[in-house]
Amino acid sequence: MTIRWGSYKVKNLYDEMLRASGRPRPAAQTLCSYLRALKDEDIEEHKLAAESAIHVMGVTFTVYTEEEGSIDRAWPFDIIPRIIDKKEWQQVEAGLKQRVQALNLFIDDLYHKQDIVKDNIFPAELLKDSKNFRPECVGVNPPLNIWAHICGSDLVRDKDGTFYVLEDNLRVPSGVSYMLENRLVMKRLFPEMFDQCNILPVDDYPSQLYDTLAALSPRPGDQPEIAVLTPGIFNSAYFEHAYLAQQMGAELVEGSDLIVDKNDVVYMRTIEGLTRVDVIYRRIDDLFLDPEAFQPDSVLGVPGIMRAWKAGKVALANAPGAGVADDKVVYAFVPDMIKYYLDQDAILPNVPTYKCIDKQEREHVVEHIHEMVVKPANESGGYGMLIGPQASKEEREKFVNLIRRDPRNYVAQPMLTLSTAPTLIGNRVEPRHLDLRPFILSGKQTIVTTGGLTRVALRKGSTIVNSSQGGGSKDTWIVDMEVV
Amino acid sequence: MLSRVANKIYWMARYLERTENTARLINVNTHLLLDLPKRVRLGWEPIVDITSRKDYFYSLYEEADERSVIRFMVTDLRNPGSILCALNMARENTRNIRDIIPREVWEQMNTLHLTAKTNARSVQTQRHRYDYLRSIILGVQTISGMLAGTMTHDAGYDFLRMGRNLERADMTTRIIDVRSATLLPDMSEALSPFENLQWVSVLKSLSAYQMYRREMRLRISRSDVLKFLLQEERFPRAFYHAICQVHNCLESLPRNEKTLLLITKLQQKVQHSKLGTFDQEKLHEFIDELQLGVIKIHDSIDKTYF
Repeated sequence: MTIRWGSYKVKNLYDEMLRASGRPRPAAQTLCSYLRALKDEDIEEHKLAAESAIHVMGVTFTVYTEEEGSIDRAWPFDIIPRIIDKKEWQQVEAGLKQRVQALNLFIDDLYHKQDIVKDNIFPAELLKDSKNFRPECVGVNPPLNIWAHICGSDLVRDKDGTFYVLEDNLRVPSGVSYMLENRLVMKRLFPEMFDQCNILPVDDYPSQLYDTLAALSPRPGDQPEIAVLTPGIFNSAYFEHAYLAQQMGAELVEGSDLIVDKNDVVYMRTIEGLTRVDVIYRRIDDLFLDPEAFQPDSVLGVPGIMRAWKAGKVALANAPGAGVADDKVVYAFVPDMIKYYLDQDAILPNVPTYKCIDKQEREHVVEHIHEMVVKPANESGGYGMLIGPQASKEEREKFVNLIRRDPRNYVAQPMLTLSTAPTLIGNRVEPRHLDLRPFILSGKQTIVTTGGLTRVALRKGSTIVNSSQGGGSKDTWIVDMEVV
Repeated sequence: MLSRVANKIYWMARYLERTENTARLINVNTHLLLDLPKRVRLGWEPIVDITSRKDYFYSLYEEADERSVIRFMVTDLRNPGSILCALNMARENTRNIRDIIPREVWEQMNTLHLTAKTNARSVQTQRHRYDYLRSIILGVQTISGMLAGTMTHDAGYDFLRMGRNLERADMTTRIIDVRSATLLPDMSEALSPFENLQWVSVLKSLSAYQMYRREMRLRISRSDVLKFLLQEERFPRAFYHAICQVHNCLESLPRNEKTLLLITKLQQKVQHSKLGTFDQEKLHEFIDELQLGVIKIHDSIDKTYF
């Protein structure tokens, strides 16, 4: 049996590959016919080839279990790519640039004059309660006034195919290495497709990241010493930390490799003695970064690194405190920010979001809780959420109580019908829901990855795409239809 | 280069070398036992002896029979010197330095680790043992070749070679020590042809047989084998060669004075000894001194760079 598009039904939602009529979207036409021509053995062969490539490349993420500590798992990968027309993508790209620009202005404003609060656009009490606002960062001027150098925004499509921003990850977003690896696997698997279609490359990212980081060096002129700071091999994203360091030719350091001297200069311990470090791409959360400034018992961090950063002797990306804008309540204000700082309308819409801190909106949420997705402000990884339509009565009641007790900490969104794409389940294609995480680099210029990481919920009907909860990934092809 | 990274590379190389050496050792012992007359009961205990883990072995197993020793030396994860354990450690060290070593090496390391784990049971049947161990030896050799061919020969590579050669020097002395001790007692006339066989097996454990033949062009004799394995400068698994390699590596590293001094002393000790005149007891003492020398060099590297 081969892939029969005839039995793949698109009903009441947007499918990335096929239209409701069952015909492929123009950008996916070549791929569709290619897949149709594959025999069962071919599909099996491709799947095995992908699995062994991933195994051999050592692409893993770490899952924590109580019995075994942490174990490496290969990240499930679906060999059918997700395709987006370049013309449509350019719109998204412009929207993301605009968004991240506004977010950086917002963060810088919060740590300085707080005009947006004074002008009553952003409520003061939200700022007061923010878990990610760092008083230690007030008045600091990071290079280029940029705080969030690397941002990963999650996009979803609703029924009608409109892209919405679901959230912005401004702390230590991960996943970009999977995007790069997925492409490598696909090029090994489907060289013909890359010959026939005009699929835009993604592999510039490491050098763009390097340039973005290098521009932050406090010692311009010299070749900067760049380090990627990782919590270590037990972190779920360690693979990515090592991968990016390797691709950039930067040092991969752990907290214990670094020391800060009394002149606030950061050094790493090398076989030659101590070497100065200029820029640190840190993949450790704020609170673990510096036991002198934050959690005193953190063994992951570097004592004194905040001093060094404030003194301008070392650049940190993302800057400490950037996470203040990575908050599901702050998210709701992004369209207002874009208007306020840039005097523009948002190109990419937010998912309509009810802020429980607002009395009226809160009552609406409570009344319609069976239709809502309720999210806590500061969790990531899909934890601590309520999916109203799928939840039991008790769970809903529990969330109503949680919301009433701590309204600032919750937002709610209507349940979207996420788009689907054909995904290999056994040797059949079935629709599965997916999202998209592009990465945005901000430095002297703003750069958006070509496409991003497509995450797919492998369980039927599920919309949870996180790797820790049964998600997988696909390669994302931005196809240029105008070049022949 | 980060101190932590240098440390990892060094240990990755040591564990890989340990893996390969252990595989060779078991292979050769299997063959040797097939050739020896049944009344010469050399058995498998010497293999455990070589790794200085006899007490630990007997805390886990009752008898040093083939099955137990092979299990202990190849698949038992409780034994830090077993092949699977050494490979685990090599892989963990490599995982830590994925950003330093060529990517194909990490891929090959995963493949090797996976094959060794998946096929581990085949080592218990004599018929499949050779293929299994050979695949491990080849796997390690592939990694060494890839490293030589694709890794920049910078400080990191020096640490790699130092780790490999110190481990090798250590293993060479261990094999000589244990094998020569079990050789001597009660060697009656009737058994003397088999003494020859055992010295051949010592050479083979170190893949040295063919090279010895080319170099010495003589009958196998104790003093020539000792000379070849300890003092030969050009044979890669000879003790002297291995520490000369460490010397070379150190010369291009910073802050090397103290360690270089230790190595020079050890080099002189090996070269100036009259091995032919050593009886078993003297040889044992001498080898002890060499091993102590290796440990001192390791400690000095550890203190200076890690």
